[in-house]
Amino acid sequence: MRRRALGISLWLLMAAAALAVYALAPRLVSDFHSRDLAHAGVFFIAIVGLNLLTGYTGQISLGHGALMAIGGYTTAMLVVHEHWRDVWTIPLAGVAAGIVGFLIGLPALRLSGLYLALATFAFAVAMPSLLRKFSGLTGGGQGLRLLEQAPLQVTGLSGTVTLFGHATTQNHFLYYLTWAIGLAGFLVAWLIVRGRLGRTFRAVRDSEVAAASVGVDLARTKTLAFALSGVYAGVAGSLLAIQDEIVNPLSFTFLLSILILVGTVVGGLGSLPGMVLGAFFVEYLPDLSTRVSSAQGVPDFVYGAAIIIVMILLPTGAGGLLRRLARPLTTRLYLRP
Amino acid sequence: MLLAFDWTQLAQQVVIGLASGGVWATLAVALVLIYRSTGVVNFAQGEMAMFSTFIAWSLVHHGLSYWAAFFLTIAISFVGGVAVERAVIRPVERAPVLTVVIVTLGLFFLVNGAARWIWTPETRSLPNAFSTRPIDVAGVAFSIQDLGTIGVSLAAVTLLWLFFRFTKLGLASRAAAANPEASRLLGVRVSWMLALGWGLAAAMGAVSGMLTAPALASFDQNLMQPVLLYAFAGAVLGGIDSALGAVVGTLLLGVLVNLLGTYVDWVGTELRLPVALAVILGVLLVRPAGLFGRPAESRV
Repeated sequence: MRRRALGISLWLLMAAAALAVYALAPRLVSDFHSRDLAHAGVFFIAIVGLNLLTGYTGQISLGHGALMAIGGYTTAMLVVHEHWRDVWTIPLAGVAAGIVGFLIGLPALRLSGLYLALATFAFAVAMPSLLRKFSGLTGGGQGLRLLEQAPLQVTGLSGTVTLFGHATTQNHFLYYLTWAIGLAGFLVAWLIVRGRLGRTFRAVRDSEVAAASVGVDLARTKTLAFALSGVYAGVAGSLLAIQDEIVNPLSFTFLLSILILVGTVVGGLGSLPGMVLGAFFVEYLPDLSTRVSSAQGVPDFVYGAAIIIVMILLPTGAGGLLRRLARPLTTRLYLRP
Repeated sequence: MLLAFDWTQLAQQVVIGLASGGVWATLAVALVLIYRSTGVVNFAQGEMAMFSTFIAWSLVHHGLSYWAAFFLTIAISFVGGVAVERAVIRPVERAPVLTVVIVTLGLFFLVNGAARWIWTPETRSLPNAFSTRPIDVAGVAFSIQDLGTIGVSLAAVTLLWLFFRFTKLGLASRAAAANPEASRLLGVRVSWMLALGWGLAAAMGAVSGMLTAPALASFDQNLMQPVLLYAFAGAVLGGIDSALGAVVGTLLLGVLVNLLGTYVDWVGTELRLPVALAVILGVLLVRPAGLFGRPAESRV
């Protein structure tokens, strides 16, 4: 009983610490840098979503950048064509990408491993071309500019946002908005993972045959994982559109899908706390490698070398390291006396 | 859509498609080699091939003839492939598959960055290996370059097949890929067989790069990225664990892409790759392990 109380209070303490960091972080960095933090939050949401799919259900996706495009363009089209207020489009962007995620999940019922990788890869490669093709809705190669075409619908146009009676700068607002959604999404993912659905996901990951033989509906589980993961990607894409105030085919290339996958593996497949580190890795590494030397090609060289070194040192990602560090504590907590 | 259809044009377009398919085939075979030995798709394969092509360019620039540079580059690439495997893949040999995939992605950025660091990003060109003069076969004009490209790719793939089929070393490396544990017990140095696979893959990639570059007016460090996409798609179409499948898959894909681009206006150049991928997906839904692949069987 005492151990259980100890365990719960430890969780509460960690949640409180996370909230404190969330509330105070913008005060510690400059206004400009809180925008970087907001951008890292976009990666965080997409990475948590991909981890549900790849880390917990064992289905690879090289197409999450394209799902983000669905979310981003849903937001941009609603703002520009239908004159919605930008922040209210976020849930709809999630739903739209969730539906598309469900549809991509359908081939996954027949394909596995690399063949599934190709299916999702095809989706990622096709997306920029499709966006250019249907230029009536998407603005073609130019994309859609939220700020110029529907200025009144963009939150924080004047540089400040009034939130619950407090005025904050636009960058701070974007930070708080993104990470509030990010933390909520994290909490939902955590509840899913530790519950019945999470066990079903892991059963499918570990052995499809064994899972099916104990009554897991493979088709439902896989498509549900794809749909859920799509919702996260869509919300992330929508937030990216709101932050950049523009969407165009170049914001959602195959490289974005790759970056999300890198962040997920660096963060640690099957580990949720590691995802924060994965997001920061993807967000800040390009900038850091430019600082080493900005000579032609050197940043990419350093970037690639850093990815390789991290993977050699931490083959199971940051999550694996966290698990190893926390093991003495968790074994004490969960061992029965 | 099919206004001026004639058989001559069709035959020409098929040969052009086969020529690009042949170039993709060599890179696809490289992907299959690494997939069979390491169990991952090497995302850096195209960039490694691009690096080899730049080495070839430097050799030609220093006065070597195209063919001397061609064979020297293949040798250098082989050594380079072995070195890459020893340096970055061996440390993650026992890590989860996706970790190895991410390492190859890191390698992608690293090699691309290194190439732009060493060779400035201005565009450059390689001399044509074959004459661009057209020759007349049964009333249809084919370019010698296209036919030569098909010939060299098929020769490279055939040599590789002979190596795996008829030499003791080839047998050992096939054994190492099929059953590492048993091979180790029989005295095969499995880890070095992996390195051999990477070396051969890099050599095949070099062939692919050196055939791609002369066909273009000029090239830069992004030379092989589209080739990698087509090679990957073709290899998966054929069945990623089958070298024969990879060759047939990429040749089919080459013809398909070229015919789509020529005859279906709506597709044009913009949608060629997406439409080709959609066709492949259709095929995979019917045959989930590719045309020549073996369906995965697993024990619970």
